[in-house]
Amino acid sequence: MDNNQIDEALKAESIRKKVLSVDAAALNDKKPATITMTDGPLIPKKGEKHVLSSWRITFIGAIALLLALIIFKPEPYRQIFIVCIQGAPVTFQVTIFAIIGAVVIGTFAGLGSVSKRRWINMISGVYVELIRGIPLLVQLIFIYYALGRFLHLEGMLAAIISLSICFGAYMGEIVRAGIQAIPKGQTEAATALGMSRSQTFIHVILPQTVKVVLPAIGNEFISMLKDSSLVSQLALADILRKGREYISRTFLSLETMLIVALIYLIFTLVLSRLVGMLEERLHKNG
Amino acid sequence: MAKIEITDLCKDFTVEGIKTVHAVKHASLTVNDGEVVVIIGPSGSGKSTLLRSVNKLEEPTSGSIRIDGIEVTDPKTDLRKIREEVGMVFQSFNLFPHLSVLDNITLAPRKVLKMNKAEADELAMSLLKRVGLEDKAKNRPNQLSGGQQQRVAIARSLAMKPKAMLFDEPTSALDPEMIKEVLDVMLDLAKEGMTMLLVTHEMGFAKAAADKIIFMDAGEIIETGTPDEIFSNPKSERTRSFLNHIL
Repeated sequence: MDNNQIDEALKAESIRKKVLSVDAAALNDKKPATITMTDGPLIPKKGEKHVLSSWRITFIGAIALLLALIIFKPEPYRQIFIVCIQGAPVTFQVTIFAIIGAVVIGTFAGLGSVSKRRWINMISGVYVELIRGIPLLVQLIFIYYALGRFLHLEGMLAAIISLSICFGAYMGEIVRAGIQAIPKGQTEAATALGMSRSQTFIHVILPQTVKVVLPAIGNEFISMLKDSSLVSQLALADILRKGREYISRTFLSLETMLIVALIYLIFTLVLSRLVGMLEERLHKNG
Repeated sequence: MAKIEITDLCKDFTVEGIKTVHAVKHASLTVNDGEVVVIIGPSGSGKSTLLRSVNKLEEPTSGSIRIDGIEVTDPKTDLRKIREEVGMVFQSFNLFPHLSVLDNITLAPRKVLKMNKAEADELAMSLLKRVGLEDKAKNRPNQLSGGQQQRVAIARSLAMKPKAMLFDEPTSALDPEMIKEVLDVMLDLAKEGMTMLLVTHEMGFAKAAADKIIFMDAGEIIETGTPDEIFSNPKSERTRSFLNHIL
């Protein structure tokens, strides 16, 4: 097997697990390292024909099924679609703001875990362990009600903060792995030129880290879009909540959930393609 | 300019918390102002460790390193000042891949010496001209060949106007046809009177440019002499057998 094949095999193997790994083969090749940490979908790229075509089949299938249902069986599907899609702005709002929050928290957590100060290490380590060890839904409800007791926050804001804290831990691990993926020689070269630790970090390590972690953050974005459906538990009118409200009025559970699932699927597939394109562009620009 | 004096330097590594490896054992050497000193020896003999101790990329276990009389191992010494004055070129170039060739060279002068952009750019262009790469200023390092990258790395070091240069196997990662272009640049530097301490396997360069050659084996300095003495009349049996293998 040549290196590309090995890369692909490694990637395919690791990508569905919620694991964190730095692509070691890519590091040795001096190719940009990729970090995969996701339960998100496979991201199709050029040259991965089988993935790309399975993406196409799923995407076209989902669109065709949705359109067919709405056009040929407008009763009740058109009504269901119109109701559910009204939850999309909430879903996207939560997802986008929570990912920004998670990146901010994750950057601090990641910096904390590579810090030379023991106690900072400890704090970010405990945060990451704590968050990763508790189911997301449990955390979300816990933080939501804990926040609600001490602060009077609007539901949307509470949901965004909760999701940010939950995803911040995973993001922290991505940032840590990203920093550690930068070859030691980079730090040595900057040090040998007389640059201080903070100068080295800001001008040499960080810009390279951003490039390494961007695809992984894209993956987290997709995970976040899906997991944002959990906020329907918190009385937020997202896609899933809209669907469940519709079910309670009409008892059309199967039909409604079919539409909800298709909407999520289409969003996720489009996003995963966008992330794939972003990654391609990053790699092309070396 | 600069004088490097290493006295009784030792460096131990602990492997897996138990085994101690003596990478450098009681090494002493002097590089006088304007001298070119080449360290040769089999791989794993501690050459690079010794070299990397000079600007304290490696922390020596014991011993003394003085640069122009300033003790490097003293915790009170401002290492950044030392590193400004002692440039280093690495085997794997270590250019910054996210920056253009020009920005690679200007980064340290601008951030460390607080040079303004125009001044730094001008300096960088003159250095690129000197290493024959003025047309590559806008390129990214990964668009350059290995030999070109190493020449940029040398220019990057020179931009800090160092008083001495350390070279850690600068041509070992290069394809044979690119070695000469890098050695030519180094030869020019040597002729201009730069104080240089190198680790290299290029015996031709050592013969042509070195004032002094140091042979190291198993962490110890076995023999020191002029190129003539080392190559034509080595005193030690170990030096002789190493040279027989490599030449």
